[in-house]
Amino acid sequence: MIRYSYSGEGVQGFGKLAQAHAPAFLIELYRSMLRIRRIEEEIERRYHQDQMKTPIHLVIGQEATSVGACAAMRRTDLLYSSHRTHGNYLAKGGDLNGMLCEMHCRANGCAGSRGGSMHLIDKSVGMAGTSAIVGGAVPIATGAALAAKLKNTGDVVMVFLGDATTEEGAASESLNFASLMQVPIVFFCENNFYSVQSPLYTRQPVRDIRTWASGYAMPAVTVDGMNVLAVYDATTRAVERARAGGGPSFIEAPVYRFRAHGGAGDDSKTGYRDLAECAAWEPYDPITMFGAHLRETGRLTDAAVEAMESEIADEIAASFTFALESANPTEADLYTHVYAD
Amino acid sequence: MPWDEGLVNSLIYDQPDPKEGRVISYTAAVNEALALALEHDESVFVLGQGVDDPSAMFGATRGLHGRFGRTRVFDTPLSEESMMGVSAGAAMNGMRPVFMHNRPDFVLLAFNQLVTHAAKFHFMDNGQTNVPMVVWAAIGRGWGSGAQHSQAIHGMLLGVPGLKIVMPSTPYDAKGLLLSAILDNNPVCVFEHRWLMKKDGIVPEGVYRVPIGKGIYRRHGQDVTIVGASHAIELGLQAAKQLADEGIEADVIDLRTVKPIDEHIILESLARTGRIVVVDTAWMTGGLCAEVGCLAAEKGFAHLKAPVCRVGLPDVPTPAGYTLEQFYYPDASRIAAAARTLVRTGVAQPTAAR
Repeated sequence: MIRYSYSGEGVQGFGKLAQAHAPAFLIELYRSMLRIRRIEEEIERRYHQDQMKTPIHLVIGQEATSVGACAAMRRTDLLYSSHRTHGNYLAKGGDLNGMLCEMHCRANGCAGSRGGSMHLIDKSVGMAGTSAIVGGAVPIATGAALAAKLKNTGDVVMVFLGDATTEEGAASESLNFASLMQVPIVFFCENNFYSVQSPLYTRQPVRDIRTWASGYAMPAVTVDGMNVLAVYDATTRAVERARAGGGPSFIEAPVYRFRAHGGAGDDSKTGYRDLAECAAWEPYDPITMFGAHLRETGRLTDAAVEAMESEIADEIAASFTFALESANPTEADLYTHVYAD
Repeated sequence: MPWDEGLVNSLIYDQPDPKEGRVISYTAAVNEALALALEHDESVFVLGQGVDDPSAMFGATRGLHGRFGRTRVFDTPLSEESMMGVSAGAAMNGMRPVFMHNRPDFVLLAFNQLVTHAAKFHFMDNGQTNVPMVVWAAIGRGWGSGAQHSQAIHGMLLGVPGLKIVMPSTPYDAKGLLLSAILDNNPVCVFEHRWLMKKDGIVPEGVYRVPIGKGIYRRHGQDVTIVGASHAIELGLQAAKQLADEGIEADVIDLRTVKPIDEHIILESLARTGRIVVVDTAWMTGGLCAEVGCLAAEKGFAHLKAPVCRVGLPDVPTPAGYTLEQFYYPDASRIAAAARTLVRTGVAQPTAAR
């Protein structure tokens, strides 16, 4: 049974949206999504070699939300995220070496082997932090937005959350406070319909998730999460609104997680979701769809894609080699940074 | 006057001599620390349920919103967990929030953000993020506060790496430790005690700091060490006076900070006295009593002439009625009795009531 269907416009959805953008920008969005996909696939391929002794939460199928939303942010804008953080981190500009070293538990990982794959951080590009507790980053991000407002930095904060986060009390509390204080924040909900293996209908009454947010007196929209341009446009509006002092916004983007909640591969065969459901979403893969549009409109050629693939493959191979050759932390490293000076 | 305020006012505290310095109340000292911090550092802000209401957090926040504006001193929604996270998020981005609660019981609503987030980020981010925030709350006792309004929760937090916990016992320390807590680059819990709030003391004007992590002798003796923090020190000093009349001289150590604990001062005293009574405003099980007791056994075993003795709350929730409460809380005479038995017979009578 197909419980959750794609409700967007498919490839047709790019038509009007693409006209507003320069080709180079569109190609860059495509490349960014493709790069995340290939990185995730390589992590997945190597995972059973047991060199990466860290949980993984792959974003295969959810690249458009990361890339579209981060493209609407400035480098100095702050991003907070959850356990499913690879795509968010990479789209915000997080360093690939730092990420793969962290996943290999090396001393030079982006969190010095203290965070693992769920705590990717790169403050140089505004990837400010994550929480592996569902909903944990939402109050933190709201506090960061309060700081931005109090210090008048002009920065906007965005926090990625999942559908299940909207069930956490702290998320409701945070939306209430963000709206009360009119802080510059965008709550970006990637609704992939499943919390681990629990479908949305066993956890929430049937209604649009945006109505939960709009109850806190903030603009709340639903956009096609498989369409990178729809995501970019909605996020741009929300970010600009926040930067202009207009307060918080909420964006819900339905997406499909083509892999298991955690680990390599898909676990749909365990029966929690129908294989037919996964198959029904496949044509709407965000990279396939956007690639088809760019080719149809003559903006992307096979040769260009080949060149991209080759560059990306080289970068990934070099980065894995770098991680594997990097030094492990020592016992003395364990006792540093327990307290700040 | 209602009996509750009457009770606090009737507590016997040594009155300070005004010739020795300026005398102000405990809450005035807290208020002054907050005002100085707000005045000297633009990144400091004060938030909490009712910080700007007429009761003003027992008077600790009185007048601050008028003086510094409601952007820097503000009331919050009843959203303890989220507001703890908001405080952490602001602290991670250059601010120094002071998040105030009437009671530690309400901090329990926010343990996810305090324990699993605020205390973890500095380590988890490999030192890239500091979380300079203060969580302030006043432990209740009596007046029917009961099981849900009088919990002293520092014992639950002793095992949380990354946190600091201070528990002042005098107006001087209340100001100096709060200023240190606000200037510290880590999450610091400041647990006050409601029964200290009407205490007067000598408090210098201006900024000064009481160091976090260092205990202090409140009294010197050679027969037994009484160690604790917060309101337990008031009781410990009264007990020491009773004991002195009987020829038993006690060291009284005020830890001031219960995490990280000043091991040195405890072991130094124990080396002289050979006997230790650990007193606490909270439960004996798994808390400060247990931790200091373990320290004495583990690192001070060679000094011990008698077993470690704990005087804290029994493993029973706090009753609301004064009729049961009288059997529940340790007082000076129970602490004195425990120390006397320890010195005279070498036997530890571990609990307050039984």
